[in-house]
Amino acid sequence: MESTDSFMKPTDTRDPRHYHRVVDCQWGCPAHTDIPEYIRLIANGQYTESYLLNRKSNVFPGILGRTCDRPCEPVCRRVRLDGEPVAICRLKRVASDLRDDVRPFLPSIPAEKNGKRIACVGAGPASLTVANDLMPLGYEVVIFEKLAKPGGLMWTNIPEFRLPGQVLWEEIAYVTDMGVDMRLDSPVDSLADILGGDFDAVFVGSGAPKGKELDIPGRWDAPQQVHIGIEWLESVRFGHVERCGERVLVIGVGNTAMDCCRTAQRLGGKDVKVMARKTKPYFKASPWELDDAMEERVEILENHSPSRFVVEDGKLVGMEFDLVRWREGEGGRLRSETVGSKVIPCDEVILAIGQDTAFPWIERDIGIEFNDWDMPVVDKTTFMTTRSGVFMGGDAAWGPENIIWAVEHGHQAAISIHAYCNGESLEARPAEGMNLISQKMGLHEWTYSNDYDEAQRAKMRHVDLKKRFERMDIEVEEGFDIEQSLAEVERCLNCDAQTHFEANLCIECDACIDICPLDCLTITHNGPEEDLAQRLTAPLLHPEEPLFVSEDLPQTGRIMVKDEDLCIHCGLCAERCPTAAWDMRKSDLLLPYAGLEAGGLHAGQVVYPELAPTLESTG
Amino acid sequence: MTHIAKPRVRHPGLATNRLGLTRRDYEGGMSTLCAGCGHDSITAAIVQAFWEMDIEPHKVVKTSGIGCSGKTPAYFLKEAHGFNAVHGRMPSITTGAHAANRELVCIGVSGDGDSLSIGMGQFAHVVRRNVDMLYVLENNGVYGLTKGQFSASADRGSKAKRGQVSREHPIDPVLLALSLGAGFVARSFSGDKEQLVPILKAGLRHRGFALVDVISPCVTFNDHHGSTKSYEYTRDHVNALVHADFVPPAEEIETTYEAGDARTVVMHDGSRIQFRKVPADYDPRDRDRVYAYVRERQRAGEVATGLLHLEPPGRPGSETDFHGIHGTADAPLAHCSFEELCPGATTLEEIQRAFR
Ligand SMILES: Cc1cc2nc3c(=O)[nH]c(=O)nc-3n(C[C@H](O)[C@H](O)[C@H](O)COP(=O)(O)OP(=O)(O)OC[C@H]3O[C@@H](n4cnc5c(N)ncnc54)[C@H](O)[C@@H]3O)c2cc1C
Ligand SMILES: Cc1ncc(C[n+]2csc(CCOP(=O)(O)OP(=O)(O)O)c2C)c(N)n1
Ligand code: SF4
Ligand code: SF4
Ligand code: SF4
Ligand SMILES: [Mg+2]
Repeated sequence: MESTDSFMKPTDTRDPRHYHRVVDCQWGCPAHTDIPEYIRLIANGQYTESYLLNRKSNVFPGILGRTCDRPCEPVCRRVRLDGEPVAICRLKRVASDLRDDVRPFLPSIPAEKNGKRIACVGAGPASLTVANDLMPLGYEVVIFEKLAKPGGLMWTNIPEFRLPGQVLWEEIAYVTDMGVDMRLDSPVDSLADILGGDFDAVFVGSGAPKGKELDIPGRWDAPQQVHIGIEWLESVRFGHVERCGERVLVIGVGNTAMDCCRTAQRLGGKDVKVMARKTKPYFKASPWELDDAMEERVEILENHSPSRFVVEDGKLVGMEFDLVRWREGEGGRLRSETVGSKVIPCDEVILAIGQDTAFPWIERDIGIEFNDWDMPVVDKTTFMTTRSGVFMGGDAAWGPENIIWAVEHGHQAAISIHAYCNGESLEARPAEGMNLISQKMGLHEWTYSNDYDEAQRAKMRHVDLKKRFERMDIEVEEGFDIEQSLAEVERCLNCDAQTHFEANLCIECDACIDICPLDCLTITHNGPEEDLAQRLTAPLLHPEEPLFVSEDLPQTGRIMVKDEDLCIHCGLCAERCPTAAWDMRKSDLLLPYAGLEAGGLHAGQVVYPELAPTLESTG
Repeated sequence: MTHIAKPRVRHPGLATNRLGLTRRDYEGGMSTLCAGCGHDSITAAIVQAFWEMDIEPHKVVKTSGIGCSGKTPAYFLKEAHGFNAVHGRMPSITTGAHAANRELVCIGVSGDGDSLSIGMGQFAHVVRRNVDMLYVLENNGVYGLTKGQFSASADRGSKAKRGQVSREHPIDPVLLALSLGAGFVARSFSGDKEQLVPILKAGLRHRGFALVDVISPCVTFNDHHGSTKSYEYTRDHVNALVHADFVPPAEEIETTYEAGDARTVVMHDGSRIQFRKVPADYDPRDRDRVYAYVRERQRAGEVATGLLHLEPPGRPGSETDFHGIHGTADAPLAHCSFEELCPGATTLEEIQRAFR
């Protein structure tokens, strides 16, 4: 008899992580936004509810519905089925654009404070999230911001043609209007001073404000024609820069470079080139940002490595590049080989090659440890620095990321700050929870739209090329119209409608195996994982996706195995099961926030006001 | 959303057969049988077998009579020709189709009521005529479609859902076919595709009549305690007597078995049936021994399954299939010209003269 030690253990579906992982998008979202639920709410015309559900986890649905880096989309199950993710991000914008006034449903702020004062440095999304989470608990939150307005890079760097000011200010106000003590135009030049004040904890959300330099010959010979990308974008936003030269070279091919080149197009640039050292597969910019830049006729040149600024009579006239070729060296590392050089004439150069953190205002003798790269040491779980009571998050903590990560850092830091102020352990993180609710309405009827919709991803409409260049603040994307959004919501597979299995009910009739359109299911004898993987109904394409393994089945002692990878949540297995051993149950992930147990809400906070009338019942 | 059809979207890693088709291409419409019906599982096994055999769906005739089983041809091979005959008359319709076009692959699906009650006479004669077809008898011990009355295959003493006891002798289609001279007789269970699929493949390849009696639990009317055709009872009493592997002509037999442990029957086209784990005193080629063995197991309360009997080519009952017996033309009649089929009054005159 073979030893059963190496056999697969039954999956513990009571652990929220199993079903959470099945909801690829939610698992991929740093803030774990309940995406399928917000999409269903949009499908149902409940835009306000959808917005409020979003806000609970990501705080800035309107901003993020336009600008999010959308880590949820590449992992969307739809990609693995038809190559195109659900337009998760732009649907968020639909909820935001069509919502009613949500102010009545935001948490109420206690008039009586809890006596604890928190200082935040910087008013970017990280600090704003900390304030958003702590204000309803009675904290006094003071935000010190160097600039005249809050928002951080969302305001200074994300161009208005991607993020209209009105959307930005409205959502920032939802937080600041909670009564946050905003100290604008107040750069902090000594953390020690803040620590000497009467604060119970400090959160550092000062971002990564330093653009990287390119110190090659000629860099300082015509400084007025060479700009650091993030500083230049900021100057444009402040109105300090209103025009640029006709021939502009943007160095670097990340998202900042995309914003720079598109901004240049609007300030008089006629011949705007993005200069990349590597080839397209290695471009750092998100594919959609590249597409948008290309649509605006920006030229992107590969394999150009800058070697010097060409300056004549104190005037920048061009830039010289090494023409390089790449080949894979040892260990798959790319190595370049110079095959020539070329001077490209230009009037202005914008450097968009990265950002660093900078903490000249943090004294090095106050217990905050910095590592060899001059980065503060921050605990990945608690977000506390090596000085207790000082927390850090957003771009400041580990270098530039994006808004949604800044928000998630803010949530986690707020949990820690709350625990810290209450003298509780920071390491013991509050538990997540999960509700499982059957979605069965009748023999062949489910609460959700379970049919697979073959529609292709809706295409975003853009403002006409000529028109959009007229002003900086013309938002390029027009948003989905009602028809588009109603079609797009149907592409969502409702991955949170989980196939829940009760082994003791199964009579091994094979009905579920036979009906499953994606061949997810297998009944077989147990064995070691590698061996079992060979015996699945359909080959395992993505071993990183979860496998469900049941308890032994009553009649033969075999097991039910489900490869969660490609399940379209059609519910046919449950419909064809004679004993309801399969049921479709909605997994509702319950997340804890500062001062709230998993799934809890603050006083006054509402997600389902049942304001918007349901458009029509499904079916 | 209510009543959705099985979506067309499929697993991107599905294998294709020699025709470049996936298993999904052999499916039919959405089943309207009860959830968990054994018949649906047999449908899935049929789909699998046709796909594995690389058979072009449009070169197949699928026929059936009346019953839940009779509905199933609608659920596989949507591109095949099909005819849903009146109750018990599937054999004559299939005989006609096969007579007219011997190139088509014939599969008939029937039920225990359809075959052993109203269609018993037809069943007997299609065996006798040795029509080249795969005859799948979906055996659930009841008339499923008419709400669960005992059928002629219900075992004596077995209980109906409401507790009535079956008092008459059952008819066993396997023993019946053996005694009528069938050259290919098998029994299987809808809940065991590993056994069923190779048997269906062998039956499709067998030249002549091939019976596969498949125990196929009726979840709605015959899956309770006291039934002898339930999932649980069948699993507890099945004796997978004969393991048969179907080996297509081109493939080498890799495994070797000890003498007496394996028997190989080479089929007319060079494909082989490899028997494994056959009891020492069992010879699937010996009709009388097989009959005795199946009876013996029955008396011991077991349901013997497997490819129980296979008459090797060259023995009576195998080469003399329907077209051989009748000496019909090699070309399918359906493809003959009008002149060939109706050679005219003068020729008729000549033929008649020959009989005078
Ligand atoms: C050009 C560009 C485009 C981008 N586009 C996107 C996008 O489309 N989507 C996306 O998700 N992310 C984008 N990002 C990244 C995103 O903006 C940041 O990751 C995010 O804003 C970081 O938030 P934060 O709160 O950590 O810091 P920041 O947003 O950087 O905010 C830090 C704040 O702290 C203030 N501050 C700094 N030092 C001090 C001090 N000593 N005293 C007082 N105040 C101080 C700063 O003035 C600033 O307001 C982009 C970044 C750039 C540069
Ligand atoms: C001539 C005729 N007589 C009676 C019937 C009623 N009838 C319909 S199905 C059926 C029995 C079907 O039983 P079976 O062949 O076992 O099929 P199952 O539904 O169990 O698969 C009967 C008697 C009929 N349709 N036609
Ligand atoms: S819901 Fe069930 S039938 Fe549908 S794809 Fe998933 S496992 Fe298969
Ligand atoms: S349909 Fe239900 S009873 Fe049948 S094998 Fe699947 S889970 Fe088991
Ligand atoms: S009544 Fe019985 S035989 Fe007919 S579909 Fe239902 S389970 Fe199958
Ligand atoms: Mg029947």
